[in-house]
Amino acid sequence: MADPAVAVKGLSKSYRIAKSGFRPTTAAEAVINRVKHPLHKPEYEDFEALKDVDFEVPWGEALGIIGRNGAGKSTLLKLLTRITAPSTGRIELGGRVGSLLEVGTGFHPELTGRENVYLNGTLLGMRRKEIQRRFDEIVDFSGVEKFLETPVKRYSSGMYVRLAFAVAAHLETEILAIDEVLAVGDAEFQAKSLAKMRDVARDGRTVLYVSHQAQTVSALCTRAIYLDQGKLTYAGNVEDALAEYRNSFTSFHVAQQDASRRAGTGELRFTEAAIAEETMEPTEDKVIEFAVNANPDLVGSYFVSCHINDMNGNIVVQCDSRLVGLWLDPTVPQRGALTIKDLWLKPGKYTYDLYVCKTGILDAWEGAGAFEILPNPPYPEVTSDEALTHGMVLADFQYERW
Amino acid sequence: MSKTVITPPGRWDLPSVKELWEAREVLVSFGRRDVLLRYRQTVIGIAWVILQPLASAGIFAIVFGQVADLPSNGVPYFIFAFAGQLAWNVFSGVASRSSSSLVANQSLVSKVFFPRMLVPLSTILAVLVDYAVAFGLFVVLLFVYGINPGWPILLVPFWTLLAVLLGAAIGVASSAVMVKYRDVGYALPWVIQILMYATPVAYSLEAVPANLLWIFNINPLTWLLEGFRWSLLGQAAPEAWQVVALVVVSGLAFTGGALIFQKLERGFADVI
Repeated sequence: MADPAVAVKGLSKSYRIAKSGFRPTTAAEAVINRVKHPLHKPEYEDFEALKDVDFEVPWGEALGIIGRNGAGKSTLLKLLTRITAPSTGRIELGGRVGSLLEVGTGFHPELTGRENVYLNGTLLGMRRKEIQRRFDEIVDFSGVEKFLETPVKRYSSGMYVRLAFAVAAHLETEILAIDEVLAVGDAEFQAKSLAKMRDVARDGRTVLYVSHQAQTVSALCTRAIYLDQGKLTYAGNVEDALAEYRNSFTSFHVAQQDASRRAGTGELRFTEAAIAEETMEPTEDKVIEFAVNANPDLVGSYFVSCHINDMNGNIVVQCDSRLVGLWLDPTVPQRGALTIKDLWLKPGKYTYDLYVCKTGILDAWEGAGAFEILPNPPYPEVTSDEALTHGMVLADFQYERW
Repeated sequence: MSKTVITPPGRWDLPSVKELWEAREVLVSFGRRDVLLRYRQTVIGIAWVILQPLASAGIFAIVFGQVADLPSNGVPYFIFAFAGQLAWNVFSGVASRSSSSLVANQSLVSKVFFPRMLVPLSTILAVLVDYAVAFGLFVVLLFVYGINPGWPILLVPFWTLLAVLLGAAIGVASSAVMVKYRDVGYALPWVIQILMYATPVAYSLEAVPANLLWIFNINPLTWLLEGFRWSLLGQAAPEAWQVVALVVVSGLAFTGGALIFQKLERGFADVI
């Protein structure tokens, strides 16, 4: 097989966004609009989700696609799996592509587990015979054999995900595309899934994996590409791509300060966010101050949330104000502060994201700020570094001898 | 190993027959799902398929046969109306079910790739299952009423195919339009109902005044219904030009529907 599994050349995808903000959703509206403004040509702004991307993936590689939110990762995967068509450029695929953009795609709640395995399998690109041959394996892997004849609407969400993932993991397509599915399920199941993915790559098949979970990318992938605002800025080994990701924080942070570029409906926006101290000891209280503007048209109160992420993009903690009973009135500007006590972070750099939520997300300010934890382990003894390398956070612990 | 090349779509592409054929199992899976689901949470299940045409043929027989006292080409009004319903349901069933299918399956369309046209086309299978059951009932009725349509009954599959093509032409095109404009979902059932009264489904052409006959004679669905009644009840055969024209119109309509679908298809994942 001299040809690469995937060859992408000059690939771009642009979306047209109506500038006027008026978007007809019914034919009648479209006609009325046309009659009202017969000479008015709708103005469009081209939004380029991907710009002139070139890369190749040899057979047997597991390629990680990483980048910040909105960098075009998912668009790229959608193009590769043919869910949407490119605007320019060319993709050559050396075999069938099995895609897995969200587990359980095509599962129907009224159908039984067995029926869903067949339906989902054919949808993902398997032949009926392949499914028949591997049916027992799939069921074994999922661990839901007792409930095969039960409609999946009665499954627990864990069972549902396991069965769905089991089908996908047994896809025999030559190329497999995955988007963050490993984030679901319990730890044991995740480990099983990772092992399965590695097997797939070892068989000489090709895996394309989109994620912002750095851990899984480094565990799974042999190579990685880094996307920044639709452009491919790095292709090569996983470590360097992750380094690129870490280095991109500053520019991402600057871009996100412009509220109009942030995700969310925009009915409310954060106007300020700051951390009380930018360098801290591991055990210090973390205090994040924020301000939100007002919107007199909104009814009902809202809540805020904050994520603390490590430099690889793994979420360390989530602090949702609902948990502590904080609800805010949207009709007046609000200021407040979040204090996180008793969280011992490991030394290193961290970023935080802030969210304004009601029924949906009104403002998602990712990369709202950063801080650093000084390399001063809060323990009485000093010992070799390996005593601190494992684990995500530090803990206040003690041993007793009985 | 097959190699796939993806390039930006052209302006007017016909769907790739090869791709459709390769994904035929998806079509079957969808069809199977629809059939399984339809009667899963019902008490009398498949009996609905028998009850519906019986009830509507009964009502037509009373309203048009008794109240309005219309002629029925010399067969009992009940079986006359039943035959019309049988044929009409293939056309309208395919058109209405396939038109709403894409929107109903939008989560799939935005997440996995398969030739999108399979979604509206797969609804044909479920309609044909209903049709087969109703047809069995019709055969029983033929014996009950002692009617022998003769050899033309062998042509039923031919008329059925044409009815499916015409229905699919409307369904496939409107399913694609409905992705962007949901109005179609409200307008189509109403259009189909008007078409039903404009087509001799519940009454016969005999009852149409001579000065209006030309309107009926330019309606392809009239030709289709006449063809069906010829095959099912042994009534007068449609004129040869009508049969030829019907084949041409069905073929053209289906191609047109497929073109419209394909033209709109590339935007689906972005709009839904």
